[in-house]
Amino acid sequence: MTPDLIYGLTGIAVFAIGLVGALCAQDRLRRVLALKLCSVGAGFLLVVGAWRTPSAAPDPVPHALVITGIVVMVSATAVALALIRRLKSLEAEDDD
Amino acid sequence: MLEIIATAFIATGAVFFIAGTVGLLRFPDIYCRLHALTKADGLGLALIALGLALMANSFGEVFRILLIWFFVAVASATGSHLIASHARLVDRVHENDPDRERQT
Amino acid sequence: MSDPFLLFDLLLAGAVIALAIATLTVRDLFAAIILFVIFGLLSALAWVRLSAPDVALAEAAIGTGVTGALLLKTLHHLRYVTGSLGTNAVESLSPVQPVPAGVSWANAAFCGLITLGLATAFLGAPHAGPGLEGLVAEAMPASGVSHPVTGVLLNFRAYDTLMEVVVLLAAVIAVWQIERGLSDAPAPALGEVWEGFARLTLPAIIVVGTYLLWKGSEAPGGAFQGGAVLAAVGLMLLLSRLYVPRPAHRAVARWAFVLGTGVFAGVALLVASGGRVAFEYPLEHAKTLILLIEGLVTISIAVTLAALFHGREPVAVPAERGDNDA
Repeated sequence: MTPDLIYGLTGIAVFAIGLVGALCAQDRLRRVLALKLCSVGAGFLLVVGAWRTPSAAPDPVPHALVITGIVVMVSATAVALALIRRLKSLEAEDDD
Repeated sequence: MLEIIATAFIATGAVFFIAGTVGLLRFPDIYCRLHALTKADGLGLALIALGLALMANSFGEVFRILLIWFFVAVASATGSHLIASHARLVDRVHENDPDRERQT
Repeated sequence: MSDPFLLFDLLLAGAVIALAIATLTVRDLFAAIILFVIFGLLSALAWVRLSAPDVALAEAAIGTGVTGALLLKTLHHLRYVTGSLGTNAVESLSPVQPVPAGVSWANAAFCGLITLGLATAFLGAPHAGPGLEGLVAEAMPASGVSHPVTGVLLNFRAYDTLMEVVVLLAAVIAVWQIERGLSDAPAPALGEVWEGFARLTLPAIIVVGTYLLWKGSEAPGGAFQGGAVLAAVGLMLLLSRLYVPRPAHRAVARWAFVLGTGVFAGVALLVASGGRVAFEYPLEHAKTLILLIEGLVTISIAVTLAALFHGREPVAVPAERGDNDA
């Protein structure tokens, strides 16, 4: 049992939970949350891949990739949330 | 010697955090829970910060720990205030709406 | 088994998984968002354990902080539109529709297969083999900075980072287009205590953000973490209504959005025009160029993230302005 094994399996579990949520959740906001979980799970796997031993320096390339992924994910989330707000406003107008 | 004192401070702080969490889980309404959280966690945070400051290597680290303690304390006080004032607002809405009162 | 941190790792991993499940199963959407924020912070803690402090900072500031603010803002808007604002509505906001059994089974099989494949790949992969860290360490003296992650982001893989800034720019353009003409939910009044808090912490946040940016060349930190912290300044100004976006400010905002991308691409072209490959900075100017790019990209990131939080483009008469040339 080393940290990379523990957190690697955690990452896979989080990714699986997010995948189930993205497919099965019916609320739009919750689907966005599920996709965010997927991205964090993928981040876990990359960070674990960069980890060496407690004393050795980790591989900086996957770290840079995860930072890029986090920024891309916040952009995608912002657009998705704007679409959700717009859709809800349109639906509310139709109901009136 | 210094390390033992610091560990004692941090352990006591952790006990206060546990007490606050128990309060959060056991107390009946939002105001009591906030009371438990803010009182116990405020003290726990101060104790842990003090313990860490005793173990710090340089004056700069002590200064940064103090700053972190100060801003976390201020932020948690402001956050609790916002939660409590929002809860009061919602309570008032419920009082004016007898249907909702019966439902809950 | 003698590692005292093993128990901590197991507890933290269990908490992360439990929070992920709770985020998707709790009924109240507000609670789901708060649980997600806690999940993100604990993930960041796990990444510190895996000696990735840069990633942990980025996740805590952008993936959790800014994203949490965006989610809460959207929930506020949805509750305003459906008229359930100010009540403790715990129901899920969209009605749940029944799903055919076949679809559920197909979903379950698909998720199971993907997870199984991931687990097989992860457990079968060679662990702790040599990656690219040797190459990066060899090339570090030529990068102009001393922190490997910053060297990779701003020098060796600078194309990635340039495209990342372009994605942010595309996001803010998309959000402005999507929300065109949308009426805004009224901002909640936060009171005097909040305003005092904002006044007290704003200068400190600016110092912390700049410090993160400056420190990035030699220690964990950098443009993205610093930019996200500075974006918090924008969020607090917007929330406390110390700053209200006006139509006249759009030109400044657009320049700020494009600034980072423009300078980044400009430096690449300038370097390329000297007979080098783009981003092959001349060694004696490397640090200056990297700091220049990072500083201006930080401003762009901060303004863009704050604009993404505010959402709607500040136009004078929302419904009547379909013809302006944004």
